[in-house]
Amino acid sequence: MELLDIIKPENKVFSKTEAMTDTCLSYCPGCGHGTAHNLAMEVVAEMGIIQDTIGVAPVGCSVLAYDFMNIDMTQAAHGRAPAVATAISRLWPEKYVFTYQGDGDLAAIGTAETIHACNRGENIVIIFVNNGIYGMTGGQMAPTTLKGMKSSTSPFGRQEELTGAPIKMTELVANLPGVYYATRQAVHTHKHARKAKKALKKAFENTRLHKGISFVEIVSNCNSGWKMSPLESNVWLEENMLAYYPLGDIKVNGKLKK
Amino acid sequence: MAKVKGAIVVDSETCKGCEICIPVCPENVIRMTPQVNRKGYHYAYMENPEACTGCTNCGIVCPDRAISVYRVKVS
Repeated sequence: MELLDIIKPENKVFSKTEAMTDTCLSYCPGCGHGTAHNLAMEVVAEMGIIQDTIGVAPVGCSVLAYDFMNIDMTQAAHGRAPAVATAISRLWPEKYVFTYQGDGDLAAIGTAETIHACNRGENIVIIFVNNGIYGMTGGQMAPTTLKGMKSSTSPFGRQEELTGAPIKMTELVANLPGVYYATRQAVHTHKHARKAKKALKKAFENTRLHKGISFVEIVSNCNSGWKMSPLESNVWLEENMLAYYPLGDIKVNGKLKK
Repeated sequence: MAKVKGAIVVDSETCKGCEICIPVCPENVIRMTPQVNRKGYHYAYMENPEACTGCTNCGIVCPDRAISVYRVKVS
């Protein structure tokens, strides 16, 4: 069978979703942000809720998410995306509202907004992309930077006695009563990406059922910030990040997993 | 003979040459071209197209969704 016999529109099984615009993503080659964007938008397209989804972009690498996602979007002040999403979901309770935040946005400057939105149990989805570093501003140390990990503001590695231990946001918010679903996923291989897509689908289903906060953490690489090639950074992620941030569901249907 | 045959089409201008699709391919189909696109990135192509099964592994890990996957059943 010739290649041209296979490459026909009726045989297409996978391509870029209509919920993403044709704009070329501004991320570095191999960045997990692109995969996370696409997975979230594929879920939105598959559920047929493109017209009813409103996203809130944060400050950080993903600040331009409104250019890439072909849905209604707004942009919040640094860390305040859960507060903006609270307002949107209260004014339009039937809409699917999600925030897309990085670790510098959600776990540092926006900790208060995140924790209180989770405590109130707003009916939103929070997608938290954790790459252990401030990517956009030049690789500074973030609250999620691992112990001993080098960054531009911790050139000798993060010292716990000086800066504390890396914060596990998902475990932290899972203990709050308003959180209905908390999970940690990754997107660096096909198996992890498929699992992450299922988790995102579950999160948006929870919004449909008005269950409260669905908190989906996605452990990602930052090959520019970590000063590695994309493939090296994925190996490093598997060996180091996943050892400290174990993958899996932490809270399902309002019940903590033991 | 395989029961399904697949093929991928890479958007050479969107591909950033991150090579993440190479290790996830179970049939070891994908390689990077020696030439570069307009942005200066080497881009993915099918080195041995007859082995592709259209499993979509490469598509789902591609951050830029530069890969479209096609699949047909062969009787």
